[in-house]
Amino acid sequence: MTAISTNYKQRIKSLQSLIALVLLCAVLSIMTDTFFTADNGLNVLRQTAVNICIATGMTLVVLTGGIDLSVGSVLALCGAVAAGLLKNGIALPSADTYIGFTILGVILAALVIGGVLGWLNGFFITKFKVPPFVATLAMLTVARGLTMLYTEGQPLSNLGPGFAFIGAGSFLGIPVPVWIALLVVLVAVVITRQTRLGRYIYAIGGNETAARFSGINISKVKMIVYALAGMMAAVGGIIVTSRLNSAQPNAGASYELDAIAAVVIGGTSLSGGRGTVWGTVMGAIIIGVLNNGLVLLNVSPFWQQVVKGGVILLAVIIDKLDKKD
Amino acid sequence: MLIAKNITKRFAGVTALNNVNLELYPGKVNAIVGENGAGKSTLMKILSGVHTQYEGAIIFNGEQVNFKSTKEAEKAGIAIIHQELNLVPHLSIAENIFLGRELTNAMGILDTAAMNAQTRELLKKVNLGMSPNTPVAKLKVGQQQLVEIAKALHANAEVIIMDEPTSAITDKEVDNLFTIIDELKAQGKIVVYISHKLKELFLKADHYTVLRDGATIASGEMKHISQNDLVEKMAGRKIIIEKNISQQVFSDPLLQVKGLRLRNAENSDSFLVKDASLTLHKGEILGLYGLMGAGRTELIETIFGLHPKSSDGEIWIDGSARKMTSPARAISAGVMLVPEDRKLQGLCLGLGVRPNITVTVLKQLEQNGLFLNGKKEKTLTAEYIRQLNIKTASQETLSKNLSGGNQQKIVIAKWLAKKPKVLLLDEPTRGIDVGAKSEIYKLIKELAATGVGVIVVSSEIPEILAIANRVLVMCEGEITADMPVHHANEARMLSHAIHKN
Repeated sequence: MTAISTNYKQRIKSLQSLIALVLLCAVLSIMTDTFFTADNGLNVLRQTAVNICIATGMTLVVLTGGIDLSVGSVLALCGAVAAGLLKNGIALPSADTYIGFTILGVILAALVIGGVLGWLNGFFITKFKVPPFVATLAMLTVARGLTMLYTEGQPLSNLGPGFAFIGAGSFLGIPVPVWIALLVVLVAVVITRQTRLGRYIYAIGGNETAARFSGINISKVKMIVYALAGMMAAVGGIIVTSRLNSAQPNAGASYELDAIAAVVIGGTSLSGGRGTVWGTVMGAIIIGVLNNGLVLLNVSPFWQQVVKGGVILLAVIIDKLDKKD
Repeated sequence: MLIAKNITKRFAGVTALNNVNLELYPGKVNAIVGENGAGKSTLMKILSGVHTQYEGAIIFNGEQVNFKSTKEAEKAGIAIIHQELNLVPHLSIAENIFLGRELTNAMGILDTAAMNAQTRELLKKVNLGMSPNTPVAKLKVGQQQLVEIAKALHANAEVIIMDEPTSAITDKEVDNLFTIIDELKAQGKIVVYISHKLKELFLKADHYTVLRDGATIASGEMKHISQNDLVEKMAGRKIIIEKNISQQVFSDPLLQVKGLRLRNAENSDSFLVKDASLTLHKGEILGLYGLMGAGRTELIETIFGLHPKSSDGEIWIDGSARKMTSPARAISAGVMLVPEDRKLQGLCLGLGVRPNITVTVLKQLEQNGLFLNGKKEKTLTAEYIRQLNIKTASQETLSKNLSGGNQQKIVIAKWLAKKPKVLLLDEPTRGIDVGAKSEIYKLIKELAATGVGVIVVSSEIPEILAIANRVLVMCEGEITADMPVHHANEARMLSHAIHKN
């Protein structure tokens, strides 16, 4: 009997953030005329797309019981390198060669860099037992510094209309960043639900000792997960750079906090093993809707931050109350 | 005088103590003896206020007491020195002794000088020549134990309970401990001494109480009982669950362990497993018996690749030498472990039954080497739920919501799915009801009948006698006996398991 009611409860719980989102939208639709319009809806999604990408990677990391504070800086570095390669390519005067990059080329380069930086996070965490908080905090600083070095502290602008399409264009009436975010989410959903890697992620987060006793290669799984988080941050970096048509050296600062907020609001346990990618998507959209709605309601940006903080706290408190019984 | 009268303690469905009576005398060393699981720890936990719900009465100095917490028991003068010491490693000796009752001056500032001075006095009493400022982490186990005793003295404890105090200390430290015990005795304190080491008991104890299966079996003056009589009282005549009487001979060696050693991580000079060698044959069930701390768990953990850095020796499977550098390596060699603590080591409690069972065989469930075949996974899970008679509402039910017996079956199922050559089981029926127990015995026997080699570690002699074909006994990291089950009996196994120096 208890098992059945637990299952029922679990189902409600998995819908919890969706219910919150629907309520939030309903309230905003009543209170403003401008919220419930197609334009505004797409606007919210466009603004949320980057956070969805980063938060999806963050979800995978958090599910293993870790955290990745470096995603904002990795985003900036990947965006900057993509912009730099697109604009200037790689010139090797000594060898008298010049390598130019296509748009596809710079996207791949950004993904590789994001993946490598993420993999390094995983490497230090698993091989040297550096706590994820510390390892990724170090990477946050290092990647930001590298971004400043690469850009010499100046924005890299005028990247051409082709590249700008990624951030500003639309396909079938829906902004391209939303399509990209959807793709990232689908990849992560398939990984978590239908692959061996996904199972190992949940097993490690659920009980790392039991996972090790079951023969799972913990280090390998964690390195892959951090690499994926880095790649998803790189995707975010491409979108941000393209949307501004410029790589800003300080892009993505404190984005990791919004990503963690989305993960937490989406019901993923920070101690690992419990949560879903869909929940995180809901969490990210809730934050986006909240930002948008508060602007429409003419609430001061300072109050917006206070409200956002309150929502994060509320989400975790509800989660804890749930766990008690 | 401390008297426990008709103490009964039940845990969800299990009676740990049944009408236990205990009398502890001041100025005497009171020994409490019994096998693992006899109820000694539970009884001590009641006396020291850890368990507050029980039936019966505790009378301390003529008054009935009912401790609501360990703090209350401490206040009343009962101190317990656990086998696992309870000190804060990064705090100094003085800080540990005064933890929670720090001395402060009128301003509310810590009076370090006074605390250090008092600590110095206390350390003198326990013969520990250390500065009060020394961090506890720098002390050896024996020295930490002395700090615990100093802490008890500082609290002015009248009853000092020592749980296996000599299990991890050197002979010299034992001598010092005995001197201190003599002093405590002289001061009229009630010393309670729990130990498996008969020699020590006969050397130090004045009075004994034997517990068995949660009941008081006997008590009396130590000088009126012989060593053999005491052992017999501890072992008793238990109902043996149909002893395995097969005299089947196994000749096809499967797992050979040669000269296996495991260093103690805390003290690299000592060994948890000393030069252990054994052979397990195809289809054979080996029962591995020993008392707590004998090194049984450590031995099979080493075989399973959990201690690659601190162990040496050879492990052969099917005639070829294997390096067991990780559980993954051991598993690919066909060696699998059902660990001692299913909740901490065996299961992801927050995940459902299905992912817990199939975690070991996901690779086989992949289509095109990429995606999991959900249908195949469900069929496989259903098969093991049926075969092992796992009682669960659904495949999705979280494993934390199942009973201990069903949880253990999940852990076994995940290895059955992986088709082991050698299955190691550590205390497979601990905390499991009788019904599930006999099902697990049957399962182990069926598995062996298919040619799998099985090693069962157990603290319960009847369990080993019921399922094993051959019995190994360990004591202090060494294999001290190897006998066919029809030669084994309780007294013989216990005598090989008890440390005699």
